[in-house]
Amino acid sequence: MQPSGLFIMLVSVGTVTVLFAWCIWKVLTQPAVEMDHLHAADLHTPDMDEP
Amino acid sequence: MAAKTQDSWGSRIGVILAVAGSAVGLGNFIRFPGQAAQFGGGAFMIAYAISFLIIGLPIGWAEWTMGRYAGQRGYNSAAGVFHCLVPWRGSKYVGVLGAIIPLVIFMYYVVIEAWALGYTARFVRAMFDPTLQFAKIEDSQAFYASFVGSAADGAAMRMDLDALLPWLVIVFVLNLVLIYRGISAGIEKVCRIGMPVLMVLAVIVLVRVLTLGTPDPAKPDWNVSTGLGYMWNPGKTLVVDADGRTLSEVVDPDPARQFQRAHTLAAETRGARVEQRGVLAQLADPNLWLTAAGQIFFSLSVGFGVILVYASYMKPKDDVVLSGLAASSTNEFCEVALGGLITLPAGVAFLGIAGVAGQGTFGLGFNVLPMVFSAMPLGSLFGAMFFLVLFIAAITSSLSMLQPGIALLEEALGIGRRGSVALLGTVTALGTGFICWCTKDLKALDTLDFWVGTFLIFILATVQIILFGWAFGIDRGWEELHRGAAIRVPGFFRPILKYVCPAFLLTIFGMWLLKNVVGWDPASGKAAPSPYVADLFEHRNPVAWMSIALVVTVAVGLAVMIASSKRYPDDLA
Repeated sequence: MQPSGLFIMLVSVGTVTVLFAWCIWKVLTQPAVEMDHLHAADLHTPDMDEP
Repeated sequence: MAAKTQDSWGSRIGVILAVAGSAVGLGNFIRFPGQAAQFGGGAFMIAYAISFLIIGLPIGWAEWTMGRYAGQRGYNSAAGVFHCLVPWRGSKYVGVLGAIIPLVIFMYYVVIEAWALGYTARFVRAMFDPTLQFAKIEDSQAFYASFVGSAADGAAMRMDLDALLPWLVIVFVLNLVLIYRGISAGIEKVCRIGMPVLMVLAVIVLVRVLTLGTPDPAKPDWNVSTGLGYMWNPGKTLVVDADGRTLSEVVDPDPARQFQRAHTLAAETRGARVEQRGVLAQLADPNLWLTAAGQIFFSLSVGFGVILVYASYMKPKDDVVLSGLAASSTNEFCEVALGGLITLPAGVAFLGIAGVAGQGTFGLGFNVLPMVFSAMPLGSLFGAMFFLVLFIAAITSSLSMLQPGIALLEEALGIGRRGSVALLGTVTALGTGFICWCTKDLKALDTLDFWVGTFLIFILATVQIILFGWAFGIDRGWEELHRGAAIRVPGFFRPILKYVCPAFLLTIFGMWLLKNVVGWDPASGKAAPSPYVADLFEHRNPVAWMSIALVVTVAVGLAVMIASSKRYPDDLA
């Protein structure tokens, strides 16, 4: 492998690794979302008839 | 308005891993490296990164946004999403593409998934019985042909551990059982466990591959460094024939020696010459852009209709910007950092560049790598781990392909999970049975992958991005995208979403049609009917026609179902 190839490999792999790590860190440190939205229990669907 | 179902995601990380699991598939580990090396190595990565920013991320964000928006209004299927977004009676029929595509892809994808499971089992068995290892490439090629049944139709229909059928039955039933468990207890749970396991196993295999060095001292050029150079070097030194066709590629750490070796090789072949292609010369090749954009497009699973459906189960204030970015970056990590460093270095270390060049996705994954793993120390263990990675990648994807169909059946027919799984299981069993029988030259699988897995996906993705930027409206779309967002999308993505992405996608689609349907080669300017068109209209291949008939039958069935459903009233607007 030549130095130019090594450079592109390090930049590519480094970029996706840092982006992936940052995203996961950001997702895991977000405050929990409140669970008051769907009100699904108020609605009748055929799934509810199943045992 | 349709009634909302009770299904929803259990956690933010769960939906991200589910979407990432849908995107991460066999292509990340065996298609991407082959394509990147063939089309310019490091130069390919420039086009790949631009495509990621221009089409990958924008289409993904558009799908997440539209899916969540329609989900709040009681629609979970792609047909329902389109019906909800566009007040036009035909929109639901366009949206049905979002069920046809994943449904038909599932029919053949489970076959490839069964290959991965069968190969995993083969390597596990080889740990205890070394005679099951592949001594040379011809052995692995013969095993592959026998396993998939490519010699004749019906050849794979044997209840034999070294044949497709038993593994296909296991994989098919497993998919139906898991999808029956629902969004949270089925898909989300599998992905929450499967994706971390996949990454850990892939990293272990990666460490093994990168420490292989030069396995055979008698062949000093066959080493990991050469493999990495073949994959990542931005410039290419090629030996080409008089017509400009590549005969071989030379990779050496020293550019002068690389040039000298290429000249020596060229001198051995009559009419051959050396051609050096720099980064700019390679970026001027339209095929490189077409391949890079296509890889981004298919790798991220945008245009399948899956993200639309998954996002419809989110809550109104759930973030979609960070979630979309996180799912895409997970896919890119698996593709670039894992797939880009495992497959080709391993292949080149044991077979040289000539042994891996031009092998194609299946050739690289199921002919070259099995032999490579057999040749390395503790190869059966690492082979089992690698194919288990492929199997996990495949099952998290195939599960996602069933959900759009399930959502449509539940929504349009008003039936429950049990009924929808039973109906969908019957339809997909018939389709998969057809593909499993018609294995000669893998004609059915190949035909469906081309017309549905590529052609229809291009159409649905183009429709989706135009729908988001123009029909739904960029102002409304931008506002909806940022509802509950954990991070803001940079402003320059706004014109990309409205103008650049549709224009780029239409250009790529046009070029793809010219190249793969009309058969025009943008490099040479020559045209010849593509093999897929020739199969239908020149050779009148019955399997190719039956494959098309299968797609049409599914499409008509779903369209009739939607037309007769009261969930999509024409006066919705």
